[in-house]
Amino acid sequence: MFDERYKLAFKAYPYERSADQDASIPVRHPVVVMGGGPIGVATALDLGRQGIPVVVLDDHEGVGMGSRAICFAKRSLEIADRYGCAQPMLDKGVVWNLGKVFHDDRKVFEFNLLPEDGHKFPAFINMQQPYFEQFMIDEVRALQAQGAPIEIRGKNRVESVDVKDDHTVLNILTPDGPYTIEADWLIGCDGANSPLRSMMGLDFKGRVFQDSFLIADIRMINDSFPTERWFWFDPPFKSAGASTLLHKQPDDVWRVDFQIGWDVDRVEELKEDNIRARLDAMLGPDVEYELVWSSIYTFQCMRMDKFRHGHVIFAGDAAHQVSPFGARGANSGMQDVDNLGWKLGLVIAGKAPEALLDSYDRERIHGADENISNSTRSTDFITPKSETSRLFRDAVLHLSEKYEFARPLVNSGRLSVPCVYDGSPLNSEDGLPGGPLRTRPGAPCPDAPFQSGYLLDHLGDEFVLLGINTSVPSQLEDGGVAVKGFSVSAADDTAGHIAGRYLGDADTAVYLIRPDQHVALRMTKFDEATVRAGLRRALAKEVD
Amino acid sequence: MSALNLKPNIDGPDDFYEDLLAIHEGKSKDESDAINARLVLILANHIGDRDVLKAALEAAVA
Repeated sequence: MFDERYKLAFKAYPYERSADQDASIPVRHPVVVMGGGPIGVATALDLGRQGIPVVVLDDHEGVGMGSRAICFAKRSLEIADRYGCAQPMLDKGVVWNLGKVFHDDRKVFEFNLLPEDGHKFPAFINMQQPYFEQFMIDEVRALQAQGAPIEIRGKNRVESVDVKDDHTVLNILTPDGPYTIEADWLIGCDGANSPLRSMMGLDFKGRVFQDSFLIADIRMINDSFPTERWFWFDPPFKSAGASTLLHKQPDDVWRVDFQIGWDVDRVEELKEDNIRARLDAMLGPDVEYELVWSSIYTFQCMRMDKFRHGHVIFAGDAAHQVSPFGARGANSGMQDVDNLGWKLGLVIAGKAPEALLDSYDRERIHGADENISNSTRSTDFITPKSETSRLFRDAVLHLSEKYEFARPLVNSGRLSVPCVYDGSPLNSEDGLPGGPLRTRPGAPCPDAPFQSGYLLDHLGDEFVLLGINTSVPSQLEDGGVAVKGFSVSAADDTAGHIAGRYLGDADTAVYLIRPDQHVALRMTKFDEATVRAGLRRALAKEVD
Repeated sequence: MSALNLKPNIDGPDDFYEDLLAIHEGKSKDESDAINARLVLILANHIGDRDVLKAALEAAVA
């Protein structure tokens, strides 16, 4: 009855019978999340921390095997930190800054990510996806112990849905047989092949790229590589394909990605002997290693027309899928959750109109399009689609060996950076002349040292009014929504990061910051009427 | 910001033309194509201004 689609890395939520299965009429829940992957669990964390009851349904009993997503960007760590589980990720993850680019048998150049000072988190960590998921599930368990209303139900497979105007009826299959529940809000986090999307007959449009990638995770036995990202265009080793990527993961594991083309025999290619033949050609005959995990994947750049369909909302790969170049899959899904959590929380609490959820659609479609555009460009550079495209690609690589100017044109994946919600209806007009572009309305707040910790520790979860070199009220309330205010003196940060990131040429600044740490409004000095109007706008309420 | 200059601007046009052909002398079609691609990129970077580059791309196609 239950076919295991994949093996588990961790059995994290074994099936348990729920009282709902014995209810005479279907139990109604405020929020049901379909899918217990990273995005579903993050959604549960966000809502559960707000005290909103949430039930996660997953058709397996834990975290799937395989490293899969391995690059987690600063923004994802900042979001995880808001949820309380970034420290174990940081402890486990590998930090890398140096990248090397090869063309055929030559190193054409190397780059350093040169991470900016004054941030709690590095630009990236590398870590196998199961760890990322497990650390979030650990946090769910910790919150549950404190009474947070989160439930994860393993081996609960949604068989069909009946979507109504203001709720959804879910028919679920379990090892004990079927049962039915209802959800005021249903969040689809059920991955790229989203069964929910199919059940609702919704479109998923874009480009399928005719290419496959063979992933091999190897544990080195008698050799090692530096903690760097190595990328080969047209690698010189036998049958390595059009590109090869070598990346360090924790536990002495290296990820090798071979781009092996479209017409491949998956069963044949995945035989250990054949994978080893490729690896031996790359590593040399004397290098010993253990093959930890391997897989072949293909990808597409697609998204749904709309992420919100009434009381059903999609997030993560279910809503949008990108190529793996640039680590924009899991990282963009985390930004979806960051964006959706507070909005849904306020709507459920009756403190914001449902229209606020339309801004999730608007802002995250903007994010998805940015990610799709970036990853499509990378794909076109890595796998030129025409003779002329290849001519220019090779010219760029050739020139980049000698001349610095060509290096920014080399595109082996533009690393995920958070989306700025330019043009969002939640933004107020920029009222800070001379303010830095990076903290304009719609932008995510950059971190900076503050007191003995970091500024972002004090932002998020609720609306915050941040005064810099000027005072703001410590509390403000509008229509039941509380705003916490505090002031900082830019002079306290002797390295000048707060001034550089938040003041620019201005002497003073006041920022209204959303619960997801994005800027809603900024101005020179506190003005109550402007702040109240900005808050109402950020809540999608009517503004006079 | 300057506009794309489509008026004569090269001092000694015949000399330049000779220099341009000279770098292709004895090269195969593939080699010449590669040289031209590199030349486009080098010149584009020198110009830098995106509006001028856009106008140049359009002028080349028209």
